[in-house]
Amino acid sequence: MPQPTLDVRNLQTHFFTRDGVAKAVEDVSFSLGSGEVLGLVGESGSGKTVTGFSILGLVDPPGEVVGGEILFKGRNLLKLSEEEMRNVRGNHLAMVFQDPMMTLNPVLRIDTQMIEAIQAHQKVGTDVARERARDALGKVGIASPDERLRAYPHQFSGGMRQRVAIAIALLNQPELIIADEPTTALDVTIQGQILHEVQRLCRETGTALIWITHDLAVVAGLAERICVMYAGRIVETGSVDEVLDRPLHPYSKGLIESVPSHNQRGRRLNQIPGMTPSLLSLPEGCAFRTRCPIADVECRRLPSLHEAETERRIFCHHPQRETA
Amino acid sequence: MSSLLETRELSKRFVKHLDFAAKLARKLGANVQEEVVQAVDQVNLDIRQGEVVGLVGESGCGKSTFGRMVTGILPPSAGTIHYNGKDISNAASPEGHAAALKIQMIFQDPFASLNPRMRVRDIIGEAPRIHGLLEGQSQDEYVANMLEKVGLDASYSGRYPHQFSGGQRQRLGVARALAVQPEFLVCDEAVAALDVSIQAQVLNLFMDLREQLNLTYLFISHDLSVVEHISNRVLIMYLGRVVESAPTEDMFHSPNHPYTQALLNEVPRLDLRKRQYTPVAGEIPSPLNPPTGCHFHPRCPHATSKCHTEIPQLKGIAPDRQSACFLNETP
Ligand SMILES: Nc1ncnc2c1ncn2[C@@H]1O[C@H](COP(=O)(O)OP(=O)(O)OP(=O)(O)O)[C@@H](O)[C@H]1O
Ligand SMILES: Nc1ncnc2c1ncn2[C@@H]1O[C@H](COP(=O)(O)OP(=O)(O)OP(=O)(O)O)[C@@H](O)[C@H]1O
Ligand SMILES: [Mg+2]
Ligand SMILES: [Mg+2]
Repeated sequence: MPQPTLDVRNLQTHFFTRDGVAKAVEDVSFSLGSGEVLGLVGESGSGKTVTGFSILGLVDPPGEVVGGEILFKGRNLLKLSEEEMRNVRGNHLAMVFQDPMMTLNPVLRIDTQMIEAIQAHQKVGTDVARERARDALGKVGIASPDERLRAYPHQFSGGMRQRVAIAIALLNQPELIIADEPTTALDVTIQGQILHEVQRLCRETGTALIWITHDLAVVAGLAERICVMYAGRIVETGSVDEVLDRPLHPYSKGLIESVPSHNQRGRRLNQIPGMTPSLLSLPEGCAFRTRCPIADVECRRLPSLHEAETERRIFCHHPQRETA
Repeated sequence: MSSLLETRELSKRFVKHLDFAAKLARKLGANVQEEVVQAVDQVNLDIRQGEVVGLVGESGCGKSTFGRMVTGILPPSAGTIHYNGKDISNAASPEGHAAALKIQMIFQDPFASLNPRMRVRDIIGEAPRIHGLLEGQSQDEYVANMLEKVGLDASYSGRYPHQFSGGQRQRLGVARALAVQPEFLVCDEAVAALDVSIQAQVLNLFMDLREQLNLTYLFISHDLSVVEHISNRVLIMYLGRVVESAPTEDMFHSPNHPYTQALLNEVPRLDLRKRQYTPVAGEIPSPLNPPTGCHFHPRCPHATSKCHTEIPQLKGIAPDRQSACFLNETP
């Protein structure tokens, strides 16, 4: 097997808050080959963004990566100096943040920001850089790119900002892109345009992609594999077809049943009973057990992420049991 | 039945004024112009009490701007807004003031809309306390109640916004809006940042509140499956104009406007795997320089020469249904 682009092993990222330790990411492992698309879905607050931040070395105190390895083409990113990491971040990795304003500086014009991003990593003149910035905006469906380049972020709609942030991530053709809820504010025709560009980049340049989203239908159309997170852990992983059509973990089942298209119009939607527990007071054993329809005494013991079927791993004591 | 909210030819233009250098350049003969965006262009909308109206449209077509005008956050450039028969177009007028609490907005951008230096307790509890809505409860009890309503742990009330995940922050925005007991909610992508199970929880909450409190909603979303689920009626906007309006079932069953058809064609579906996504056909127009005639004509497969020059009006095409397309005219 060729070396994967990214191999995350037993990642642990904790927040040391005044009220206790929040284990935002706990024992997370997955890997991703060149050109591959992984969908990362899961409960709000389950650690998807923090996982992405950990890979990019962007976790700030009180947060800290306290365990595991992040191998990027064989190199453990956790061992790199700040300087080396900055270099990797600019040239090889890119993240599209959930909040586009994390990419965009509110007081700088879009052109300044894009040209800077290009010139930081490639020795090209300003004219060439501007030309590339223009093209990049066109690819994400922003019309009048010349005028738009001269604008400030606040003059853009939410979805336009999101697209600019995507355009910036695509600029340097990175080997790995982590896209965090990148198309939540876009209409489906523009979303299709962006997914088209992203697919092309993965196909043509072998960029590996982690697509963090709650939109299961987008994952269905885009990704090969899917990881489902709950309370800091991956609770299920497998091929998109397997997981979406035949979820084994009770949380994944509940999630998929809440999709509006699986429900009758105007009726109450299926929802998972109970609420997300605070990370500071997770139930002992399986964190989902207090909301789980099939939990029993065994679930007070921590399950392990085990191979339930080929290429399918489940973090549950009773993966085969019917929930109905 | 009369409407609760009524907008007439409501419009918003953003003008970017020239700075000194640009003015000078123009004096010297350079071709620089003020940039004008007609973000919302003469929108007429009637919403009845208890109705849920979905507002869908392309990114940048003016949905948030429309919502912000209705909520009184942004002054209209032209046109009127009536609420319960009173003109509230001027937010500073007594009528505008009175409506300010009753019409609440849940913002698209939970990061930007929550004061980073305030604790949850105050973000949610301050306004109700000031306006005397606590009804004998302590502020903490009231806040705990609100947090629970949106599925957040009451123990979070001492935290600051940055200590929450994206979806959790979005729910804080919902709780804050509900805390002042509004009658009318403008939900701007209110569930876009939520995972589907919590989305289900919040949508169920919206539907419950509608029954219990007879709340009325303008529901802005790009997620067509959500809009289909919760709305009674759907409006489709394109570059500042409403291009189609119909009862939800009709809209999804037989979309009339070519833009609506393009949208429904692209809806992602759980059962469509490994799709080959396609770029937008035709040219994506710019709000800075919108196409003449029908704004959609550069992307429309059916466009004729008339569509290039004349603006199609929103016209009745069936009971309760309107569309702005020349294709509906019998030749
Ligand atoms: N600075 C912080 N201090 C304390 N806890 C934090 C901090 N930042 C994040 N967390 C916690 O870490 C957990 C994981 O957050 P993360 O942002 O990764 O969630 P997510 O899966 O991306 O959720 P969403 O879908 O809502 O964006 C959350 O429970 C959050 O409350
Ligand atoms: N403060 C502003 N100054 C100048 N132009 C603005 C301002 N706010 C919005 N616009 C412009 O008005 C148009 C409509 O923006 P609006 O935010 O209403 O769009 P939207 O339909 O909500 O889009 P999205 O779905 O992406 O959130 C856009 O072209 C935008 O660039
Ligand atoms: Mg997140
Ligand atoms: Mg908007």
